[in-house]
Amino acid sequence: MSEEVVFDTQGIVKKFMFVNRKAPYGTIYALEILESVLISAAFEQDTSVAFLDDGVFQIKKGSDTKDSGMKNFTNTYRALAGYDVEKLYVEKESLEARGLTPEDLIVKVQVLPAAELGKLMAEQDVLITG
Amino acid sequence: MKFGILVNEGPFNHQASDSAYQFAKAAVAKGHQVMRVFFYYDGVNNANKLSEPQSDDRNIVKLWGELGKAHKIDLVVCVAAGLRRGIKEQVLAEGFRISGLGQLSEVGIAADRMLTFGD
Repeated sequence: MSEEVVFDTQGIVKKFMFVNRKAPYGTIYALEILESVLISAAFEQDTSVAFLDDGVFQIKKGSDTKDSGMKNFTNTYRALAGYDVEKLYVEKESLEARGLTPEDLIVKVQVLPAAELGKLMAEQDVLITG
Repeated sequence: MKFGILVNEGPFNHQASDSAYQFAKAAVAKGHQVMRVFFYYDGVNNANKLSEPQSDDRNIVKLWGELGKAHKIDLVVCVAAGLRRGIKEQVLAEGFRISGLGQLSEVGIAADRMLTFGD
């Protein structure tokens, strides 16, 4: 195995936004990106999470994975606040197109129109999509 | 400029790894630095030394290893994503190493630009 490489990151705080665009259980993207959100927060970065397209289903109330045999990780989003990840954004158009309202979601989010979310994305240092 | 790259898809099944490789190759050719390539999701399969494409096709695993070696690019496979998919020490191709997700955060912080290749 190659040797370990370490970069100096001391004292640097960047704006990291994780962009969740996929439904929670059809593919593994939602589960694995969530793991990287938690790590980014552990690195004390200015971390936010955006949900758009089918990604809004990731935080919909009432998910039940029992019959599919998959691990239910929906409640992990509730734990984000405990990691100081409190900036959660949902794209308004995506939510409305799926007949959802903020009351259908398991966490408190800020609902933003696509244009505003786009501006917020432009302000980020690092965007990680999954 | 110092680049960090995230590869989210496996080889051959998806163009993401090819595009990331071509980008990294072009960047170093122009004198830029690619600090680290982090392989996540099915991207961990890019480090499987058992991959054996047909002889008239590109060998993506080997190409990454060679590029990494030639330009001192740190090729990191996510341990958690790798374990799920059977990418462990025993099958790890030359030039790669296995480490944690913290390596993705670290390069995101240290690099001037972070690029994601995937859907």
